[in-house]
Amino acid sequence: MTIGELARALRARETSSVELVQETLARIAASQAINAFITVDADGALAQARAADSALARGDAEPLTGIPIAHKDVFMTAGLRTTCASRMLEHFVAPYDAHVVAKLREAGTVLVGKTNMDEFAMGSSSETSYFGPVRNPWSAQCVPGGSSGGSAAAVAAGLVPATTGTDTGGSIRQPAALTGICGIKPTYGVCSRYGLIAFASSLDTPGAFARTAEDCALLLAAMAGHDARDATSLDRPAEDYRRLLAAASATRPLEGLRIGLPREYFASGIEREVIAAVEAAIAELRALGATAVDVDLPMVKHAVPVYYVIAPAEASSNLSRFDGVRYGHRAAQYRDLTEMYCRTRAEGFGAEVKRRILVGTYVLSHGYYDAYYLQAQKVRRLIAQDFARAFERCDIVVGPTAPTCAFAIGAKTNDPVQMYLNDIFTIAANLTGMPAMSIPCGFTPDRLPIGLQIQGNYFDEARMLNVAHRYQQVTGWHLQSPSPASGGEGRGEGLSP
Amino acid sequence: MSFSPDDVTRLARLARIDVADDEARDVRDKLDAIFGLIDALQSIDTAGIEPMAHAQDVMMPLRDDVVTAENRRELYQAQAPAVADGLYLVPKVLE
Repeated sequence: MTIGELARALRARETSSVELVQETLARIAASQAINAFITVDADGALAQARAADSALARGDAEPLTGIPIAHKDVFMTAGLRTTCASRMLEHFVAPYDAHVVAKLREAGTVLVGKTNMDEFAMGSSSETSYFGPVRNPWSAQCVPGGSSGGSAAAVAAGLVPATTGTDTGGSIRQPAALTGICGIKPTYGVCSRYGLIAFASSLDTPGAFARTAEDCALLLAAMAGHDARDATSLDRPAEDYRRLLAAASATRPLEGLRIGLPREYFASGIEREVIAAVEAAIAELRALGATAVDVDLPMVKHAVPVYYVIAPAEASSNLSRFDGVRYGHRAAQYRDLTEMYCRTRAEGFGAEVKRRILVGTYVLSHGYYDAYYLQAQKVRRLIAQDFARAFERCDIVVGPTAPTCAFAIGAKTNDPVQMYLNDIFTIAANLTGMPAMSIPCGFTPDRLPIGLQIQGNYFDEARMLNVAHRYQQVTGWHLQSPSPASGGEGRGEGLSP
Repeated sequence: MSFSPDDVTRLARLARIDVADDEARDVRDKLDAIFGLIDALQSIDTAGIEPMAHAQDVMMPLRDDVVTAENRRELYQAQAPAVADGLYLVPKVLE
């Protein structure tokens, strides 16, 4: 069910938050094969649900009051284990709440647990978790995408109606696409990074997963807002991201909207079924009144190499804090301080995290800084200039979210470069800081979901959400669910929405 | 570019991560593959382009020079691997 439907049922006293939480806990227990959760907080959730039920009874409820949600385990949650899916933080209990966690608490949501992910959010498949891989609810043999794969799988499997995620190079949008749900990454600076365990600070963006664009708008409204504790948090007036959604349904609600189609997003190397589904979605948007214009993003082909310089560089700096001194894992055996650092980090980090730290260390090291890091930052600006030019000619840019549907667990684990190329369409929005989202737009013949990416100009979330909402009013892809408790074993009904 | 075994050792040392002898080969191969991807950047003409460090070109905000953080030492140190008398313990660095 959507947040909107649950909120209505709560207000009509058809159910209570305590009942919702009990059902949620039962579903999570029955779906352990998906491995979507690292930590479940049953007692905490029930206590919060009782408080929410009191607020509802008093008539003192917000739109999200009593709604069970889960946070990606990259967000600090006061008093609750926060691991970043790493052995380094296996036993770490967060001493405070991340800003978005606090905001969603204040909005009345009930936190049921922390979702599984790629270790330190570094990955596109949720296979690098110290706590084991997450499985795609549509097919247990397939990955759910990543890094926020647990958050995506939890919503896709119907365990919770909404989750949070973070998106550094596509870590919300790509798993949303691969699990057939909606995921939104707002403009950089709209949601505070305070209490988000840092991976690449100039790219890390908190966002949300839900089944509908409308729910995404509700969640974003609750998460956004200035926070002085994050120097990059923007001080802007509060925004109602649903304001365009309420307008009555006209036959051509997208009349006047110009959708930009970058040639580069429909090039070779993309799965045929993905292209077909995305083209059908574009036809649907045109039927709703939008006009299509071709746009050129010639520098976008460099987005992946730019990202794999900048993100590891920032990661190598951010992850230097894990030294076995103040928190987290410490090696048992060492002779001196340096050996303690080296062993602690060798034991505490997984292979992909170590690789990225090594890459980042190299590109920042003496003699290579200009050739790699500075050059990547210059190309980053060229990519941003491409988008600035494109948005002079169109209002939104659409294309596939990922070049393929969900792939088999293990298929790309030994080939980092193939894994990195999953993010070929999503990385640019992190480099520019522009908002983007993924919504479901079809299935492959094997019934694996396909995602449509909608990218907007800075602070154009409301328009992006409206496009997604109008599409969802006339299609049914977002209403499809994998067969319950299958862990992907079963197959759903027909292919049409 | 391709990494030599010495490059990997030096990098591992700089990053303060032990790389075991039996891992070194795999680490080297994968770094070679990753730099094969990254090295494509070298051929792009960026003359006159300002580096972009951040999504928003905004000034770092300044806040009032007042104390905002409270003392939460005990809470934070409860997470530490080794503490005594309010201090974090590490191996001796001075004789």
